Amino acid sequence: MTTTRLTDPSPLDPTTALPVLEALDLAKTFTMHLQGGVRLPVLSGVRFTLYPGECAVLDGPSGIGKSTILKMIHGTYGIDSGALLLRGPDGAVTDLARADDRTMLRLRRTTLGYVSQFLRCVPRVPTLDVVAEPLLSARVPPEDARRRAGHLLERLRVPTGLWMLPPATFSGGEKQRVNIARGFVSDHPVLLLDEPTASLDAANRAEVVDLIEDQKAAGAAILAIFHDPRVRAEVADRLIDVGVFVPSGAVRSGRVPSGAGRSGPVPSGVENEESR
Amino acid sequence: MVSTDDEPLLQVRGLGHTYADRSGRTRIGCADVDVDLWPGEVLAIVGESGSGKTTLLNTVAARLTASHGSARYRTRDGREVALDSLDEVSIRALHRTEWGFVHQDPAAGLLMNVSAGGNVGERLMSIGARHYGRIRESAATWLARVEIPADRIDEPPTTFSGGMRQRLQIARTLAISPRLVFMDEPTSGLDVSVQARLLDLIRGLVADLGLSVLIVTHDLAVARVLSDRTVVMRHGRVVESGLTDRVLEDPHAPYTQLLVSSILQV
Repeated sequence: MTTTRLTDPSPLDPTTALPVLEALDLAKTFTMHLQGGVRLPVLSGVRFTLYPGECAVLDGPSGIGKSTILKMIHGTYGIDSGALLLRGPDGAVTDLARADDRTMLRLRRTTLGYVSQFLRCVPRVPTLDVVAEPLLSARVPPEDARRRAGHLLERLRVPTGLWMLPPATFSGGEKQRVNIARGFVSDHPVLLLDEPTASLDAANRAEVVDLIEDQKAAGAAILAIFHDPRVRAEVADRLIDVGVFVPSGAVRSGRVPSGAGRSGPVPSGVENEESR
Repeated sequence: MVSTDDEPLLQVRGLGHTYADRSGRTRIGCADVDVDLWPGEVLAIVGESGSGKTTLLNTVAARLTASHGSARYRTRDGREVALDSLDEVSIRALHRTEWGFVHQDPAAGLLMNVSAGGNVGERLMSIGARHYGRIRESAATWLARVEIPADRIDEPPTTFSGGMRQRLQIARTLAISPRLVFMDEPTSGLDVSVQARLLDLIRGLVADLGLSVLIVTHDLAVARVLSDRTVVMRHGRVVESGLTDRVLEDPHAPYTQLLVSSILQV
Protein backbone atom coordinates (compact mmCIF):
# COMPACT_ATOMS: atom_id res chain seq x y z
CA MET A 1 0.00 0.00 0.00
CA THR A 2 1.30 3.42 -0.88
CA THR A 3 0.75 6.44 1.27
CA THR A 4 -0.24 8.71 -1.57
CA ARG A 5 -1.57 12.06 -0.43
CA LEU A 6 -4.18 14.06 -2.25
CA THR A 7 -1.48 16.39 -3.50
CA ASP A 8 0.42 13.66 -5.32
CA PRO A 9 0.09 13.40 -9.08
CA SER A 10 -2.01 10.60 -10.53
CA PRO A 11 -0.34 7.54 -11.95
CA LEU A 12 -2.90 7.73 -14.77
CA ASP A 13 -2.01 11.20 -15.83
CA PRO A 14 1.02 12.41 -13.96
CA THR A 15 0.68 15.94 -15.29
CA THR A 16 -2.80 16.91 -14.25
CA ALA A 17 -4.93 14.44 -12.36
CA LEU A 18 -5.13 14.67 -8.60
CA PRO A 19 -6.74 11.90 -6.61
CA VAL A 20 -10.37 12.60 -5.88
CA LEU A 21 -10.70 10.28 -2.90
CA GLU A 22 -8.14 8.92 -0.50
CA ALA A 23 -8.73 6.60 2.43
CA LEU A 24 -6.08 6.61 5.14
CA ASP A 25 -6.42 3.82 7.70
CA LEU A 26 -10.17 3.85 8.07
CA ALA A 27 -11.63 1.63 10.76
CA LYS A 28 -15.15 0.53 11.58
CA THR A 29 -16.43 -1.33 14.62
CA PHE A 30 -20.06 -1.93 15.47
CA THR A 31 -20.92 -1.90 19.16
CA MET A 32 -24.00 -3.99 19.84
CA HIS A 33 -25.61 -2.55 22.93
CA LEU A 34 -28.52 -4.96 22.76
CA GLN A 35 -26.09 -7.89 22.87
CA GLY A 36 -24.34 -6.78 26.04
CA GLY A 37 -22.14 -4.22 24.33
CA VAL A 38 -20.23 -6.74 22.24
CA ARG A 39 -17.88 -5.04 19.82
CA LEU A 40 -17.61 -6.26 16.24
CA PRO A 41 -14.55 -4.91 14.45
CA VAL A 42 -15.44 -5.22 10.76
CA LEU A 43 -12.73 -3.20 9.03
CA SER A 44 -9.42 -1.60 9.91
CA GLY A 45 -6.49 -0.06 8.05
CA VAL A 46 -8.61 0.65 4.98
CA ARG A 47 -6.32 2.44 2.52
CA PHE A 48 -6.90 3.24 -1.11
CA THR A 49 -6.71 6.11 -3.56
CA LEU A 50 -9.19 6.84 -6.31
CA TYR A 51 -8.42 8.94 -9.37
CA PRO A 52 -10.68 10.73 -11.85
CA GLY A 53 -11.56 8.63 -14.87
CA GLU A 54 -10.95 5.24 -13.32
CA CYS A 55 -13.14 2.46 -12.01
CA ALA A 56 -11.76 0.59 -9.01
CA VAL A 57 -13.62 -2.50 -7.90
CA LEU A 58 -13.79 -3.63 -4.29
CA ASP A 59 -12.93 -7.30 -4.30
CA GLY A 60 -13.65 -10.09 -1.88
CA PRO A 61 -16.31 -12.61 -0.89
CA SER A 62 -19.78 -11.70 0.38
CA GLY A 63 -19.90 -10.28 3.88
CA ILE A 64 -16.30 -9.14 3.95
CA GLY A 65 -17.20 -5.45 4.22
CA LYS A 66 -17.35 -4.11 0.66
CA SER A 67 -20.73 -2.41 1.12
CA THR A 68 -19.55 -1.13 4.49
CA ILE A 69 -16.76 0.78 2.74
CA LEU A 70 -19.22 2.37 0.30
CA LYS A 71 -21.53 3.32 3.18
CA MET A 72 -18.64 4.87 5.11
CA ILE A 73 -17.84 7.04 2.11
CA HIS A 74 -21.48 8.00 1.61
CA GLY A 75 -21.83 8.82 5.31
CA THR A 76 -24.51 6.25 6.03
CA TYR A 77 -22.04 4.59 8.37
CA GLY A 78 -19.84 6.62 10.66
CA ILE A 79 -16.06 6.27 10.46
CA ASP A 80 -14.40 5.44 13.79
CA SER A 81 -10.85 6.46 12.93
CA GLY A 82 -8.61 7.40 10.05
CA ALA A 83 -9.11 10.06 7.42
CA LEU A 84 -11.14 9.99 4.22
CA LEU A 85 -10.16 12.87 2.00
CA LEU A 86 -12.50 13.97 -0.77
CA ARG A 87 -11.58 16.60 -3.31
CA GLY A 88 -14.69 18.50 -4.37
CA PRO A 89 -15.29 19.96 -7.84
CA ASP A 90 -14.07 23.30 -6.47
CA GLY A 91 -10.77 21.72 -5.41
CA ALA A 92 -11.53 21.96 -1.70
CA VAL A 93 -10.54 18.87 0.29
CA THR A 94 -12.90 17.58 2.98
CA ASP A 95 -12.18 14.85 5.52
CA LEU A 96 -15.40 12.84 5.37
CA ALA A 97 -14.49 11.08 8.60
CA ARG A 98 -15.04 14.38 10.38
CA ALA A 99 -17.50 16.18 8.11
CA ASP A 100 -20.62 17.59 9.77
CA ASP A 101 -24.12 16.69 8.62
CA ARG A 102 -24.64 19.75 6.46
CA THR A 103 -21.35 19.20 4.66
CA MET A 104 -22.29 15.57 3.97
CA LEU A 105 -25.70 16.60 2.65
CA ARG A 106 -24.09 19.19 0.38
CA LEU A 107 -21.48 16.74 -0.90
CA ARG A 108 -24.20 14.19 -1.65
CA ARG A 109 -25.95 16.78 -3.79
CA THR A 110 -22.84 17.93 -5.60
CA THR A 111 -20.09 15.32 -5.52
CA LEU A 112 -20.93 11.88 -4.14
CA GLY A 113 -23.28 9.68 -6.14
CA TYR A 114 -24.42 6.38 -4.67
CA VAL A 115 -26.34 3.56 -6.29
CA SER A 116 -27.55 1.21 -3.58
CA GLN A 117 -28.55 -2.38 -4.20
CA PHE A 118 -32.23 -1.59 -3.88
CA LEU A 119 -34.50 1.22 -4.91
CA ARG A 120 -35.93 3.27 -2.09
CA CYS A 121 -38.96 5.22 -3.18
CA VAL A 122 -42.12 6.88 -2.02
CA PRO A 123 -45.40 5.29 -3.10
CA ARG A 124 -46.95 7.70 -5.57
CA VAL A 125 -44.00 9.38 -7.23
CA PRO A 126 -43.85 8.58 -10.96
CA THR A 127 -40.75 6.80 -12.23
CA LEU A 128 -39.60 9.80 -14.26
CA ASP A 129 -39.55 11.96 -11.13
CA VAL A 130 -37.89 9.26 -9.02
CA VAL A 131 -35.04 9.36 -11.54
CA ALA A 132 -35.06 13.16 -11.88
CA GLU A 133 -35.17 13.80 -8.13
CA PRO A 134 -31.42 14.15 -7.48
CA LEU A 135 -31.35 16.85 -10.16
CA LEU A 136 -34.50 18.53 -8.89
CA SER A 137 -33.10 18.71 -5.37
CA ALA A 138 -29.97 20.29 -6.85
CA ARG A 139 -32.30 22.93 -8.35
CA VAL A 140 -31.93 21.88 -11.97
CA PRO A 141 -34.96 23.22 -13.90
CA PRO A 142 -37.66 20.51 -13.92
CA GLU A 143 -37.85 20.25 -17.74
CA ASP A 144 -34.10 19.68 -18.02
CA ALA A 145 -34.11 17.22 -15.13
CA ARG A 146 -36.96 15.19 -16.66
CA ARG A 147 -35.41 15.25 -20.11
CA ARG A 148 -32.19 13.82 -18.71
CA ALA A 149 -34.11 11.29 -16.64
CA GLY A 150 -36.04 10.21 -19.73
CA HIS A 151 -32.84 9.84 -21.71
CA LEU A 152 -31.41 7.46 -19.10
CA LEU A 153 -34.64 5.46 -18.81
CA GLU A 154 -34.56 5.07 -22.59
CA ARG A 155 -30.98 3.85 -22.56
CA LEU A 156 -31.87 1.35 -19.87
CA ARG A 157 -34.92 0.16 -21.84
CA VAL A 158 -37.56 1.11 -19.32
CA PRO A 159 -40.68 1.31 -21.55
CA THR A 160 -42.04 4.86 -21.86
CA GLY A 161 -45.46 3.54 -20.84
CA LEU A 162 -44.06 3.03 -17.33
CA TRP A 163 -42.50 6.45 -16.87
CA MET A 164 -45.53 8.09 -15.32
CA LEU A 165 -46.21 5.14 -13.00
CA PRO A 166 -44.59 4.74 -9.59
CA PRO A 167 -41.98 1.96 -9.63
CA ALA A 168 -43.60 0.23 -6.63
CA THR A 169 -45.19 -2.50 -8.72
CA PHE A 170 -42.35 -2.99 -11.19
CA SER A 171 -40.36 -6.21 -11.49
CA GLY A 172 -37.03 -6.53 -9.69
CA GLY A 173 -35.06 -5.89 -12.86
CA GLU A 174 -37.13 -2.84 -13.80
CA LYS A 175 -36.74 -1.36 -10.33
CA GLN A 176 -33.02 -1.92 -10.49
CA ARG A 177 -32.84 -0.11 -13.82
CA VAL A 178 -34.80 2.82 -12.38
CA ASN A 179 -32.35 2.80 -9.49
CA ILE A 180 -29.37 2.88 -11.85
CA ALA A 181 -30.91 5.69 -13.93
CA ARG A 182 -31.38 7.66 -10.72
CA GLY A 183 -27.79 7.03 -9.68
CA PHE A 184 -26.34 8.09 -13.04
CA VAL A 185 -28.54 11.12 -13.63
CA SER A 186 -26.39 13.61 -11.72
CA ASP A 187 -22.89 13.41 -13.25
CA HIS A 188 -21.25 13.39 -9.84
CA PRO A 189 -17.44 13.36 -9.83
CA VAL A 190 -17.46 10.33 -7.49
CA LEU A 191 -19.80 7.43 -8.06
CA LEU A 192 -20.28 4.58 -5.60
CA LEU A 193 -21.94 1.52 -7.11
CA ASP A 194 -23.16 -1.35 -4.95
CA GLU A 195 -23.82 -4.26 -7.31
CA PRO A 196 -25.86 -2.31 -9.85
CA THR A 197 -26.02 -5.21 -12.32
CA ALA A 198 -27.20 -7.91 -9.91
CA SER A 199 -30.60 -8.61 -11.47
CA LEU A 200 -30.14 -7.48 -15.05
CA ASP A 201 -30.26 -9.35 -18.34
CA ALA A 202 -27.35 -9.27 -20.78
CA ALA A 203 -28.59 -6.30 -22.85
CA ASN A 204 -29.11 -4.13 -19.79
CA ARG A 205 -25.88 -5.25 -18.24
CA ALA A 206 -24.11 -4.09 -21.41
CA GLU A 207 -25.90 -0.76 -21.17
CA VAL A 208 -24.73 -0.29 -17.58
CA VAL A 209 -21.19 -1.06 -18.71
CA ASP A 210 -21.60 1.66 -21.37
CA LEU A 211 -22.92 4.12 -18.76
CA ILE A 212 -19.90 3.42 -16.58
CA GLU A 213 -17.53 3.88 -19.53
CA ASP A 214 -19.26 7.19 -20.37
CA GLN A 215 -18.83 8.41 -16.80
CA LYS A 216 -15.18 7.37 -16.79
CA ALA A 217 -14.58 9.18 -20.05
CA ALA A 218 -16.22 12.26 -18.52
CA GLY A 219 -13.72 12.07 -15.66
CA ALA A 220 -15.81 10.50 -12.91
CA ALA A 221 -14.05 8.34 -10.35
CA ILE A 222 -15.97 5.13 -9.73
CA LEU A 223 -15.72 2.78 -6.79
CA ALA A 224 -17.85 -0.28 -7.33
CA ILE A 225 -18.88 -3.72 -6.17
CA PHE A 226 -19.63 -6.25 -8.91
CA HIS A 227 -20.09 -9.93 -8.33
CA ASP A 228 -20.62 -10.50 -12.03
CA PRO A 229 -17.13 -11.43 -13.34
CA ARG A 230 -18.00 -10.38 -16.90
CA VAL A 231 -18.96 -6.87 -15.89
CA ARG A 232 -15.96 -6.62 -13.64
CA ALA A 233 -13.61 -7.67 -16.41
CA GLU A 234 -15.11 -5.08 -18.72
CA VAL A 235 -15.07 -2.01 -16.47
CA ALA A 236 -12.51 -2.53 -13.71
CA ASP A 237 -9.24 -0.68 -14.09
CA ARG A 238 -8.00 -2.34 -10.92
CA LEU A 239 -9.16 -4.34 -7.94
CA ILE A 240 -8.93 -3.36 -4.29
CA ASP A 241 -8.63 -6.45 -2.11
CA VAL A 242 -10.93 -5.80 0.85
CA GLY A 243 -9.69 -8.97 2.57
CA VAL A 244 -6.53 -7.20 3.73
CA PHE A 245 -8.68 -4.70 5.68
CA VAL A 246 -10.43 -7.34 7.76
CA PRO A 247 -9.12 -7.33 11.31
CA SER A 248 -8.10 -10.70 12.71
CA GLY A 249 -10.98 -12.17 14.66
CA ALA A 250 -13.61 -10.21 12.77
CA VAL A 251 -17.00 -11.75 12.20
CA ARG A 252 -16.99 -12.40 8.49
CA SER A 253 -20.69 -12.74 7.97
CA GLY A 254 -21.61 -9.23 6.98
CA ARG A 255 -24.83 -9.80 8.85
CA VAL A 256 -24.45 -7.44 11.70
CA PRO A 257 -27.22 -8.26 14.18
CA SER A 258 -30.12 -5.84 14.04
CA GLY A 259 -29.80 -2.74 16.15
CA ALA A 260 -26.62 -1.56 14.55
CA GLY A 261 -26.48 -1.31 10.83
CA ARG A 262 -28.37 -3.54 8.46
CA SER A 263 -31.87 -2.98 9.75
CA GLY A 264 -33.89 -0.14 8.34
CA PRO A 265 -37.51 0.75 8.85
CA VAL A 266 -40.10 0.01 6.24
CA PRO A 267 -42.75 2.72 6.20
CA SER A 268 -46.15 1.32 6.95
CA GLY A 269 -47.94 0.90 3.67
CA VAL A 270 -45.01 2.39 1.86
CA GLU A 271 -43.16 0.54 -0.84
CA ASN A 272 -39.58 0.69 0.24
CA GLU A 273 -36.37 -1.23 0.24
CA GLU A 274 -36.92 -4.95 0.11
CA SER A 275 -33.95 -5.83 2.21
CA ARG A 276 -30.44 -4.78 2.59
CA MET B 1 -33.58 20.61 0.61
CA VAL B 2 -31.16 23.00 -0.90
CA SER B 3 -29.86 26.10 0.72
CA THR B 4 -27.36 28.68 -0.16
CA ASP B 5 -27.92 30.38 3.17
CA ASP B 6 -25.11 30.09 5.62
CA GLU B 7 -27.04 31.09 8.71
CA PRO B 8 -29.26 28.71 10.63
CA LEU B 9 -32.93 29.62 10.68
CA LEU B 10 -33.28 28.35 14.20
CA GLN B 11 -30.69 27.87 16.93
CA VAL B 12 -31.79 26.02 20.04
CA ARG B 13 -29.37 25.89 22.98
CA GLY B 14 -29.85 24.11 26.29
CA LEU B 15 -33.60 24.41 25.87
CA GLY B 16 -35.94 22.81 28.38
CA HIS B 17 -39.44 22.91 29.71
CA THR B 18 -40.37 21.76 33.21
CA TYR B 19 -43.83 21.66 34.73
CA ALA B 20 -45.52 20.73 37.97
CA ASP B 21 -47.53 17.51 37.93
CA ARG B 22 -50.79 17.02 39.83
CA SER B 23 -49.04 16.36 43.10
CA GLY B 24 -46.98 19.50 42.65
CA ARG B 25 -43.71 17.74 41.82
CA THR B 26 -41.48 19.24 39.16
CA ARG B 27 -41.40 17.15 36.01
CA ILE B 28 -39.04 17.44 33.06
CA GLY B 29 -40.82 17.77 29.72
CA CYS B 30 -37.55 18.24 27.88
CA ALA B 31 -34.12 19.42 28.97
CA ASP B 32 -30.75 20.60 27.68
CA VAL B 33 -31.69 20.36 24.01
CA ASP B 34 -29.30 21.73 21.39
CA VAL B 35 -30.68 21.80 17.85
CA ASP B 36 -29.96 23.82 14.72
CA LEU B 37 -32.29 24.05 11.75
CA TRP B 38 -30.96 25.40 8.47
CA PRO B 39 -32.98 26.92 5.64
CA GLY B 40 -34.58 24.26 3.46
CA GLU B 41 -33.81 21.47 5.88
CA VAL B 42 -36.18 18.90 7.35
CA LEU B 43 -35.31 17.78 10.86
CA ALA B 44 -37.19 14.90 12.45
CA ILE B 45 -37.58 14.58 16.20
CA VAL B 46 -38.25 10.92 16.99
CA GLY B 47 -38.91 9.00 20.17
CA GLU B 48 -41.61 7.04 21.92
CA SER B 49 -44.62 8.66 23.56
CA GLY B 50 -43.52 10.43 26.70
CA SER B 51 -40.03 11.08 25.32
CA GLY B 52 -40.62 14.83 25.34
CA LYS B 53 -40.57 15.30 21.59
CA THR B 54 -43.88 17.16 21.37
CA THR B 55 -42.97 19.24 24.44
CA LEU B 56 -39.77 20.22 22.66
CA LEU B 57 -41.68 21.15 19.51
CA ASN B 58 -44.13 23.28 21.48
CA THR B 59 -41.33 24.93 23.44
CA VAL B 60 -39.40 25.81 20.29
CA ALA B 61 -42.61 27.14 18.71
CA ALA B 62 -43.12 29.26 21.85
CA ARG B 63 -46.45 27.56 22.56
CA LEU B 64 -44.91 26.52 25.88
CA THR B 65 -42.62 28.66 27.99
CA ALA B 66 -38.96 27.69 28.10
CA SER B 67 -37.81 26.96 31.65
CA HIS B 68 -34.18 27.19 30.65
CA GLY B 69 -32.03 27.70 27.59
CA SER B 70 -32.74 29.69 24.48
CA ALA B 71 -34.20 29.45 21.01
CA ARG B 72 -33.14 32.03 18.47
CA TYR B 73 -34.93 32.52 15.15
CA ARG B 74 -33.87 34.46 12.08
CA THR B 75 -36.83 36.41 10.70
CA ARG B 76 -37.79 37.11 7.09
CA ASP B 77 -36.08 40.51 7.30
CA GLY B 78 -32.86 38.93 8.58
CA ARG B 79 -33.13 39.83 12.26
CA GLU B 80 -32.15 37.21 14.81
CA VAL B 81 -34.63 37.18 17.68
CA ALA B 82 -34.53 35.36 21.01
CA LEU B 83 -37.97 33.80 21.21
CA ASP B 84 -38.18 34.02 25.01
CA SER B 85 -37.65 37.78 24.82
CA LEU B 86 -40.70 38.27 22.61
CA ASP B 87 -44.07 39.23 24.03
CA GLU B 88 -47.22 37.33 23.20
CA VAL B 89 -48.23 39.70 20.43
CA SER B 90 -44.92 39.24 18.60
CA ILE B 91 -45.11 35.46 18.98
CA ARG B 92 -48.62 35.48 17.57
CA ALA B 93 -47.38 37.61 14.70
CA LEU B 94 -44.65 35.05 13.93
CA HIS B 95 -47.20 32.24 13.96
CA ARG B 96 -49.42 34.27 11.64
CA THR B 97 -46.85 35.49 9.14
CA GLU B 98 -43.70 33.32 9.18
CA TRP B 99 -44.56 30.00 10.80
CA GLY B 100 -46.94 27.17 10.24
CA PHE B 101 -48.05 24.52 12.71
CA VAL B 102 -49.57 21.23 11.59
CA HIS B 103 -51.29 19.45 14.47
CA GLN B 104 -51.76 15.72 14.75
CA ASP B 105 -55.50 16.33 15.16
CA PRO B 106 -56.71 18.40 12.20
CA ALA B 107 -59.53 19.80 14.33
CA ALA B 108 -56.90 21.61 16.40
CA GLY B 109 -55.67 23.49 13.36
CA LEU B 110 -58.90 24.03 11.43
CA LEU B 111 -62.04 26.09 11.84
CA MET B 112 -64.33 23.07 11.82
CA ASN B 113 -67.55 24.91 10.95
CA VAL B 114 -66.09 27.14 8.28
CA SER B 115 -65.91 26.03 4.64
CA ALA B 116 -62.71 24.52 3.26
CA GLY B 117 -62.17 27.63 1.15
CA GLY B 118 -62.82 29.79 4.19
CA ASN B 119 -60.23 27.89 6.20
CA VAL B 120 -57.56 28.78 3.68
CA GLY B 121 -58.96 32.25 3.06
CA GLU B 122 -59.05 33.16 6.74
CA ARG B 123 -55.34 32.47 7.01
CA LEU B 124 -54.68 34.68 3.96
CA MET B 125 -56.85 37.45 5.42
CA SER B 126 -54.85 37.27 8.64
CA ILE B 127 -51.83 38.47 6.70
CA GLY B 128 -53.77 41.25 5.05
CA ALA B 129 -55.45 39.78 1.96
CA ARG B 130 -58.71 41.62 1.34
CA HIS B 131 -59.77 41.01 -2.27
CA TYR B 132 -62.52 38.35 -2.12
CA GLY B 133 -62.02 37.07 -5.67
CA ARG B 134 -58.28 36.65 -5.27
CA ILE B 135 -58.62 35.01 -1.86
CA ARG B 136 -61.07 32.50 -3.28
CA GLU B 137 -58.84 31.88 -6.26
CA SER B 138 -55.82 31.29 -4.03
CA ALA B 139 -57.87 29.00 -1.78
CA ALA B 140 -58.97 26.98 -4.81
CA THR B 141 -55.36 26.66 -5.95
CA TRP B 142 -54.31 25.43 -2.54
CA LEU B 143 -57.15 22.91 -2.33
CA ALA B 144 -56.08 21.55 -5.71
CA ARG B 145 -52.50 21.29 -4.52
CA VAL B 146 -53.54 19.11 -1.60
CA GLU B 147 -55.87 17.13 -3.87
CA ILE B 148 -59.19 18.27 -2.42
CA PRO B 149 -61.81 18.26 -5.21
CA ALA B 150 -62.84 21.75 -6.33
CA ASP B 151 -66.52 21.03 -5.68
CA ARG B 152 -65.85 20.62 -1.94
CA ILE B 153 -64.60 24.20 -1.51
CA ASP B 154 -67.80 25.38 0.19
CA GLU B 155 -68.12 22.42 2.53
CA PRO B 156 -66.85 22.53 6.09
CA PRO B 157 -64.20 20.02 7.24
CA THR B 158 -66.81 18.30 9.43
CA THR B 159 -67.99 16.63 6.20
CA PHE B 160 -64.42 15.53 5.29
CA SER B 161 -62.62 12.25 5.96
CA GLY B 162 -59.60 12.23 8.31
CA GLY B 163 -57.12 12.26 5.46
CA MET B 164 -58.89 15.12 3.70
CA ARG B 165 -59.04 17.12 6.92
CA GLN B 166 -55.31 16.69 7.37
CA ARG B 167 -54.67 17.78 3.79
CA LEU B 168 -56.86 20.84 4.36
CA GLN B 169 -54.89 21.69 7.48
CA ILE B 170 -51.72 21.52 5.43
CA ALA B 171 -53.20 23.81 2.76
CA ARG B 172 -54.31 26.27 5.44
CA THR B 173 -50.87 26.17 7.04
CA LEU B 174 -48.89 26.65 3.84
CA ALA B 175 -51.14 29.27 2.24
CA ILE B 176 -49.16 32.15 3.76
CA SER B 177 -45.81 30.73 2.48
CA PRO B 178 -44.34 30.11 5.94
CA ARG B 179 -40.56 29.99 6.33
CA LEU B 180 -40.68 27.46 9.14
CA VAL B 181 -43.24 24.72 9.60
CA PHE B 182 -43.73 22.72 12.78
CA MET B 183 -45.43 19.35 12.35
CA ASP B 184 -46.63 17.20 15.22
CA GLU B 185 -47.24 13.60 14.09
CA PRO B 186 -49.04 14.76 10.92
CA THR B 187 -49.62 11.25 9.60
CA SER B 188 -50.51 9.42 12.81
CA GLY B 189 -54.07 8.39 13.39
CA LEU B 190 -54.73 7.86 9.70
CA ASP B 191 -55.24 4.63 7.77
CA VAL B 192 -52.05 3.24 6.31
CA SER B 193 -52.92 3.96 2.68
CA VAL B 194 -54.05 7.50 3.60
CA GLN B 195 -50.80 7.94 5.53
CA ALA B 196 -48.71 7.01 2.49
CA ARG B 197 -50.58 9.50 0.31
CA LEU B 198 -50.19 12.28 2.86
CA LEU B 199 -46.51 11.52 3.36
CA ASP B 200 -45.96 11.73 -0.36
CA LEU B 201 -47.88 14.99 -0.55
CA ILE B 202 -45.90 16.54 2.30
CA ARG B 203 -42.66 15.39 0.74
CA GLY B 204 -43.53 16.98 -2.60
CA LEU B 205 -44.63 20.28 -1.04
CA VAL B 206 -41.56 20.49 1.19
CA ALA B 207 -39.29 19.98 -1.83
CA ASP B 208 -41.23 22.32 -4.15
CA LEU B 209 -41.51 25.15 -1.63
CA GLY B 210 -38.07 24.64 -0.08
CA LEU B 211 -39.63 24.59 3.37
CA SER B 212 -37.73 24.32 6.62
CA VAL B 213 -39.51 21.79 8.78
CA LEU B 214 -39.31 20.53 12.33
CA ILE B 215 -41.36 17.34 12.41
CA VAL B 216 -42.18 15.19 15.42
CA THR B 217 -42.91 11.54 14.75
CA HIS B 218 -42.78 8.23 16.56
CA ASP B 219 -42.56 6.52 13.18
CA LEU B 220 -38.97 6.07 12.01
CA ALA B 221 -40.21 5.37 8.50
CA VAL B 222 -41.75 8.85 8.37
CA ALA B 223 -38.42 10.31 9.49
CA ARG B 224 -36.65 8.27 6.81
CA VAL B 225 -38.88 9.40 3.98
CA LEU B 226 -39.12 13.07 4.94
CA SER B 227 -36.09 14.22 6.86
CA ASP B 228 -32.46 15.12 6.18
CA ARG B 229 -31.45 14.87 9.82
CA THR B 230 -32.92 13.17 12.85
CA VAL B 231 -32.82 13.80 16.58
CA VAL B 232 -33.66 10.89 18.88
CA MET B 233 -35.21 11.75 22.25
CA ARG B 234 -35.68 9.79 25.42
CA HIS B 235 -36.75 10.96 28.86
CA GLY B 236 -36.83 14.53 27.61
CA ARG B 237 -33.25 14.53 26.37
CA VAL B 238 -31.54 14.09 23.02
CA VAL B 239 -29.74 10.73 23.01
CA GLU B 240 -28.50 10.80 19.43
CA SER B 241 -28.63 13.03 16.37
CA GLY B 242 -27.24 13.01 12.87
CA LEU B 243 -27.98 12.30 9.23
CA THR B 244 -31.24 10.37 9.14
CA ASP B 245 -29.82 7.42 7.23
CA ARG B 246 -26.89 7.20 9.61
CA VAL B 247 -29.06 7.35 12.74
CA LEU B 248 -31.17 4.52 11.31
CA GLU B 249 -28.43 2.33 9.83
CA ASP B 250 -25.53 2.97 12.19
CA PRO B 251 -27.17 3.92 15.48
CA HIS B 252 -24.74 4.40 18.35
CA ALA B 253 -26.86 5.04 21.44
CA PRO B 254 -28.23 1.88 23.10
CA TYR B 255 -31.72 3.39 23.01
CA THR B 256 -31.55 4.18 19.28
CA GLN B 257 -30.39 0.61 18.61
CA LEU B 258 -33.39 -0.65 20.55
CA LEU B 259 -35.74 1.67 18.65
CA VAL B 260 -34.35 0.68 15.25
CA SER B 261 -34.34 -3.04 16.04
CA SER B 262 -37.97 -2.86 17.17
CA ILE B 263 -39.25 -1.95 13.72
CA LEU B 264 -41.40 -4.57 12.12
CA GLN B 265 -39.92 -5.76 8.84
CA VAL B 266 -42.71 -6.26 6.32
